[in-house]
Amino acid sequence: MNPISFLTQMVRIAIPYLFAASGGVVAERSGIVSLTLEGFMLTGAFAAVLGTHYSGSPWIGVLAGMIGGLIFAMIHAVATIRYRADQVVVGVAINLLAIGVTRFFLKLFFASSSNSPRVTGFGGNINAAGFDNPLLWLGVLVAPVVAFVIYKTPFGLRVRAAGEHPDAAESVGVSVTRVRYIAVAISGILAALGGVYLALDQHQFTDQMTAGRGFIAISAVIFGRWDPIRAALACLLFAAAETFQIQLQGNHAIPSQFVEMIPYLLTIIALAGVVGRAVPPAALGRAES
Amino acid sequence: MSEAIKLERIGKAFGDVVALNGASLEVQSGEIHALVGENGAGKSTLMKVLGGLIKPDEGRVDVNGRDVTGWSTSDAIAAGIGIVHQHFMLVPTLTVAENLVLGCEPKSRAGVLDHRRAAEDVRKLSAGTGLAIEPERLIADLSVGEAQRVEILKVLFRGARILVLDEPTAVLSPPEVRELWAVLRRLRDQGDTIILITHRLDEVVDLSDTITVMRAGKTVARIKTADTTPAEIARLMVGREVSLSAGKRVQPLNQSAPANSDQGLVVRNVSVVGSRGIRVVDDVSFSVKPGEILGIAGVEGNGQTELIEAIAGLRSVAAGQILVDGVEITRHSVAKRHDAGLSHIPEDRHRRGLILEYTVADNLILGVQKSFARNGVLDNDRILANASEDISSFDIRPPNPILEARALSGGNQQKIVVAREMGRQFSALLASQPTRGVDVGAIEFIHQQLLDARASGKAILLVSAELNEVLALSDRIAVMYRGKFAGVMSSSDATEEILGELMIGARKGNAA
Amino acid sequence: MTATPAAARAQIITRAPWREHAEEALIPPLVALLVAAICGDLLILSYGQSPAAVYRLLLEGTWGNAYGFGQVLYKATTLAFTGLAVSFGLRAGLFNIGGESQLAAGGFGAALTGLALPVGTPLILALPLCMIAAGLGGGVVGAVPAYLKTKFGAHEVIVTIMLNFVVLALLNWFIAGHLHVPETLHTPEIHAGVLPRLADLSSTFHGSAANLALIVAVLVAAAVWFYLFRARGGYELRAVGLQPDAAEYGGISVGRVWMRALTFSGVIAGIGGINYVLGYKHYYEDGFASGAGFLGIAVALVGRNHPIGVLIAAFFFATLSQGGLAIHAFVPKQMMDVLQGVVILAVAMSVPEVRRVLRSARRTREA
Repeated sequence: MNPISFLTQMVRIAIPYLFAASGGVVAERSGIVSLTLEGFMLTGAFAAVLGTHYSGSPWIGVLAGMIGGLIFAMIHAVATIRYRADQVVVGVAINLLAIGVTRFFLKLFFASSSNSPRVTGFGGNINAAGFDNPLLWLGVLVAPVVAFVIYKTPFGLRVRAAGEHPDAAESVGVSVTRVRYIAVAISGILAALGGVYLALDQHQFTDQMTAGRGFIAISAVIFGRWDPIRAALACLLFAAAETFQIQLQGNHAIPSQFVEMIPYLLTIIALAGVVGRAVPPAALGRAES
Repeated sequence: MSEAIKLERIGKAFGDVVALNGASLEVQSGEIHALVGENGAGKSTLMKVLGGLIKPDEGRVDVNGRDVTGWSTSDAIAAGIGIVHQHFMLVPTLTVAENLVLGCEPKSRAGVLDHRRAAEDVRKLSAGTGLAIEPERLIADLSVGEAQRVEILKVLFRGARILVLDEPTAVLSPPEVRELWAVLRRLRDQGDTIILITHRLDEVVDLSDTITVMRAGKTVARIKTADTTPAEIARLMVGREVSLSAGKRVQPLNQSAPANSDQGLVVRNVSVVGSRGIRVVDDVSFSVKPGEILGIAGVEGNGQTELIEAIAGLRSVAAGQILVDGVEITRHSVAKRHDAGLSHIPEDRHRRGLILEYTVADNLILGVQKSFARNGVLDNDRILANASEDISSFDIRPPNPILEARALSGGNQQKIVVAREMGRQFSALLASQPTRGVDVGAIEFIHQQLLDARASGKAILLVSAELNEVLALSDRIAVMYRGKFAGVMSSSDATEEILGELMIGARKGNAA
Repeated sequence: MTATPAAARAQIITRAPWREHAEEALIPPLVALLVAAICGDLLILSYGQSPAAVYRLLLEGTWGNAYGFGQVLYKATTLAFTGLAVSFGLRAGLFNIGGESQLAAGGFGAALTGLALPVGTPLILALPLCMIAAGLGGGVVGAVPAYLKTKFGAHEVIVTIMLNFVVLALLNWFIAGHLHVPETLHTPEIHAGVLPRLADLSSTFHGSAANLALIVAVLVAAAVWFYLFRARGGYELRAVGLQPDAAEYGGISVGRVWMRALTFSGVIAGIGGINYVLGYKHYYEDGFASGAGFLGIAVALVGRNHPIGVLIAAFFFATLSQGGLAIHAFVPKQMMDVLQGVVILAVAMSVPEVRRVLRSARRTREA
């Protein structure tokens, strides 16, 4: 097992998680539960393929993917913030809706129940090991950028206040509603970019292609205790485990199913506080202020 | 000195509840003005009108000579009004500086939050006002006194020249209180105007220049501190117009046999520690004999709630013992305390006393549902029969056992609680604010229930913020102030004046 | 503050209690139905078809013919189990998202029992044993979040979601590694505990998968109803879900109620496994539970957490699912996937909104 090839594959696998987890951190820090990352990712993937297919340019696909994620994020935001619907239920609904909508339009536009036609992506130079893909670099940079925004900008300060003590924020004139709408929009766009990367990397969209990656991203957010950099490290950890298992395919020392379980088991352990308590933002999930 | 604030004939009602009824306030600029009154007098509501959080139904608000009636919070903040809330509006996971600049963050180029300038601004303000605090400390790590300093700095940061402090010393230790007073005096000397909402007489007397006394939504007096005495302030605060219960006293019972010292409720050296590590109940001891009502008077927030919760089993004690009829129940579960003969009418019937979505009948068996079940199945006939009995005995209206409790008036909801707690076997009863939010007819009824229970030999501990109620029902009266019993006396020795002074810390009584 | 006597009298509501209940309970699902119908119309029109024709075809293909109706009943059975499981947890204030893994674990337990029992074991004996194994499987999976919540305060939503993946991966490992029939991902056919299909009992429903598990589902619904509304344990459970502070004040152990509620939620979902394993395919197949957990949430929500509502909602969602197949020639069945999501979203959004509107309307009426 070549360490270079291990690292490069690990990074490639981690990119969708990095995008989605970074988006999830922003939304959850503002107080909105983000079980929707899976749905945003899937939407982004499909919209990207749609956009690339009809325009011929993957950059249009990226734009389309971001718009798709934004639309679904706005549905999430309106339902939870304006209508005060239960955030977990809305999360489930958005994920189901994403599956349904992508399937429906897959049939409508591409007349298929399973996959779209192939589209061009980025990069393609075999020797570059995927590093000639601009999205990859974007994905590598997204977590530090989000960390910067959260900790070093006025907006980030308001996000943190909104998620911990919305009444205090309102008492000094900060509109918690506005902050949360923007935070959810960001989560939608970033998670969608994760899907965009996935779809363009595989050069097509297949039904339910995100296959639970959005939930691994949530695991990373929780395991990383809602800190962007720690969540990113968790993403790398999970990706490393996956890479490990793939590269050892012939050797059945650890069955693949157990490697699959690692992110989820770690998250459960983090929640139970066995290795340090994972305490969420105090106002997470309560949309009343 | 000119008038900084003038509120005239303010009226405000929430639904059918009248909070303010002709309240007024006149504050000179550059003075410390105490706004005094019991809970429910309307002090906080009046200040919310001033601060723009509430719009008045009637009346007029002038600030610095300008008519600002009905303005918004941002208007108020812009005009220099800063309210320091009783429950701090601080984000615990952020630093002092971050909390201070939230909403008006200083930015460097590229829109980055300028942490350095924020810290500098905090240090400058801190030095200028003498409110020492490190900008980089997390709110969660601060003591209560320090957190309050941050709250005050927060309003000063936004240019407040008129500060309103709502019960600021409620959670402070004595040294922290003295520090705060020094700060307030300094601010006053710098020309700021300070309104202090408080019921603590020592603060009123030592700190303020002028006092406004409110009672039941009205302003009853406005006097210069120098011109008045503690006794007069206390009398103004708690005196009442003649009401149904005024002047009533319980007749002493003819106890045939000397009461066994074992029986009844005994509380020995009980202390309860509150959320910030302060003793909210501080080494309290007393006993309530069978056939006696011990009334605890006192302004809310002096530990009565925690004391009752500790006896009821909803809060753990840090020290001390609790006994019912000689059986120690200090560490017993709530269910076991029921079995030991303890009943509890909670002060918050919506949160503790009732399940609003349950029917009247189902609420009447809360806590004793086991005895209404056979083999795990509830006996509906018995439950309804029990409900019919309670409904007629306690005159619960409408007399419909399958109505949701939510649909009943406050008084009738309370009657459900009373019927349940007093309808079962008990020897000691905790009655906490038993007639709060209850209409006049139900008040009479509940009072009679308590007296009947007393006559049949029950030991009753009554906690009430209504002085008349305590005076009318109790054999003995204790006053609770800052977690301790400030004084205990027989009802015949108690007058409104004496009690009032004990309630606001004006007089040191015996704590037997 | 003083409450005037007039105010006290005015707060009493004089109409029958069940009417408000009905309003708050039924309006959200009806709103959702309306929204779904509108969305359905839009999607159908986007395919150039006529909504009326498609809806007629939908009804013909589901309730209008014996096979379709049978399939609806079959699908409704599984959804009834997961819906009852979720609603049971919600009654205690707990959100069980682990329906899929609990269902799968239950089916697995039933399959193992069915394989272990000797051939020819009478159904009277085999069925209860298989059901116990199924309940145990689901119960064990449900007990994990129950314990973590009670002991550590770990939020059950995330734990159950995470556990879904863990348990399903574990079951996949069992099957793929050891127990599967070659070239498939399912166990061998079970020897005992096979539930007869409705089609076997009567020539209507011919060919459909509906089986006697349907009766079990109705019985479990009845049992849940009885427990919640007639048993002392149910009284305490609902109290904890409605007002935990009052429950604590009333001497009820909140932690113990939580433990019981989540574990039994798992048991109910686990028993649901018999529909596929005992009644339909007669073996355990990897992935048979797919989607049933999330749809169970939808069913509980639309059914307003009441056993009767859950049965009706399960029937409704099963109709949508089967209907998709029926109209496949005209509109892709994927439309139903979209409508499912729309219905859940619409109900979730309308519940708090309807409550707010009704309560303020009632208040102004009394003033």
